[in-house]
Amino acid sequence: MRPSPTTAPALQTRNLAVGYRTRRARCAVLERVSVTARAGELVCLLGANGSGKSTLLRTLVRLQPALEGDIELGGVALTAITHIELARRVGVVLTERVLVDTLPAARIVELGRYAYSGWWGRLTEGDRQAVQWAIEAAGARHLAGRDFSRLSDGERQRVMIARALAQEPSLLVLDEPTAFLDVTARAEVWALLRQLATERRLAIVVSSHDVEVALAMADVVWVIMPDRAIAAGTPEEALVAVERTFRLAGRGSFERTDQHEKHQHDAR
Amino acid sequence: MSSSREITVLSGLVVLLAAAFLASLILGSTSVPLRQVLDALTGVSNGTDPVAIVVRTIRLPRALTALFAGAALGVAALQMQTLFRNPLADPFVLGISAGASFGVALVVLGSGLGATAGFTGALGLRGDAAITAAAVAGALAVLGLVTLVAARVGNPATVLILGLMFGYAVSALVTVLVAFSQPERLQQWAQWGFGSFSGVTWQRLRLFAPLTIVGLLMAAVATKQLNALLLGEHYARSMGVAVRPVRMMTMTGASLLGAVVTAFCGPIAFLGIAVPHICRGLLGTSDHRVLVPAAVLIGGIAALAAQTLALLPGATGVLPLNAVMALLGAPVVVVVLLRARRGTAAV
Repeated sequence: MRPSPTTAPALQTRNLAVGYRTRRARCAVLERVSVTARAGELVCLLGANGSGKSTLLRTLVRLQPALEGDIELGGVALTAITHIELARRVGVVLTERVLVDTLPAARIVELGRYAYSGWWGRLTEGDRQAVQWAIEAAGARHLAGRDFSRLSDGERQRVMIARALAQEPSLLVLDEPTAFLDVTARAEVWALLRQLATERRLAIVVSSHDVEVALAMADVVWVIMPDRAIAAGTPEEALVAVERTFRLAGRGSFERTDQHEKHQHDAR
Repeated sequence: MSSSREITVLSGLVVLLAAAFLASLILGSTSVPLRQVLDALTGVSNGTDPVAIVVRTIRLPRALTALFAGAALGVAALQMQTLFRNPLADPFVLGISAGASFGVALVVLGSGLGATAGFTGALGLRGDAAITAAAVAGALAVLGLVTLVAARVGNPATVLILGLMFGYAVSALVTVLVAFSQPERLQQWAQWGFGSFSGVTWQRLRLFAPLTIVGLLMAAVATKQLNALLLGEHYARSMGVAVRPVRMMTMTGASLLGAVVTAFCGPIAFLGIAVPHICRGLLGTSDHRVLVPAAVLIGGIAALAAQTLALLPGATGVLPLNAVMALLGAPVVVVVLLRARRGTAAV
């Protein structure tokens, strides 16, 4: 069922700069980002509000262009992949809330087969199996028959993850999937991601505010530093790097540093 | 794929559409018995029979026009509600009708023709084609403008209000044009503004029907893409949708449908906005593979019903179509607005 793990990492960036390009200027939010995510790894991206987490994730899944540098998926340049092929390699869960009038949760998951099904969207037996597998893997079997609009935020997130899994990706990218959730639902989503990485050998990149949970759950942590670079490493290594940087910079807190930068950014 | 509920409801709608179609042939300034209607349709009755002539040359094209126009507006509204992810979008609200009116006005006033009962009646097929092309161009221009603003503003309510304002501004511009050209044109323009399915003759149907069918097919072949767009453009893109061409095609299709109806029948409000909600309510799904055929059927039924109701005063006169539409459609819009306040309105 799962694509065979290749020797090339699921995701690799080299000297990546992400941000926005206006008519006159280039405004980099993050620079010199060289990071790697491998099959079976749960990677957590940490950083304060406005530090560029979403911008980086959106760039990694080609929802916006990179300013500079390279992104490779399984050893293939992101720019060389068709959008159908990209959808088969990468599943995405975004922060934005999805409002659909009436559609059973299972039909939402079926939408994940877009890149596989034919012109009319008719599902083959193989598609149905993939959908079934995704629903099971996301622990959403009890939700499949229910109306998506009547699910709780946590249940919806589970269905959206199932939908991403139905794309049979080797890489899963989630932007603050626990943002709207209560404590129990947060714990459930984290446990699910941990399980998907370990058991299904997916590479998972997830951004979050839950620093403690992330440090406990993740194999690798990417921390956005005040100099707009990313420190990557095991949770312990990341902690050390953060400590050192902030002591050297002589700044009170992560949060304040970041807001300071955001102000500079806005002023520009 | 389709549940039994969907099949049951869709079959019920087909029956209802047939009934509404027959009713619009039977009822009118004078009612014609069903038997005579059927005779006239099947050609049994003599060609000189005045009743048969009324049915064949007036009521049948009028009913077909209502059917096509209703289907067109319903499907165009469905496309726009999904594309803008806005339960209150439709061709009238977002200024397509106004843009189309502007195109129509420019051609009609520019050519100095069109002084007949239907504002655009006596131009012949070539005139119709020119008017329709101008209407589509005007509709696309306004929708393009609204889309540009929507990309910058984002907030659906603001986009709707801006669309309405564009629509009013363009309509006012048209009224000024008409008023300055010839005094009697204003009366005709006002008449055209009431909306009517009666101005489309058999000859004009030869252009109206195929254009409508092309627009409907453009929606029918994109149901898979429209379904993916239910989750928003970003999710759609992440699942493999080529969003830009799909959006272009959907906007062109919706503009074509809205503009063609406006060119031939006048700007018709409320029909479009209400139809997708009735479809979703009756069928209990947001799946476009079900909703597109449902919007064709329910749009047709609603237009035929409104047309028949407009003729109910009988010999004393005809109600403006848009007045009937507003009476039927406004309650639906109110319900949607109330749901939107509770945060549960969606497409």
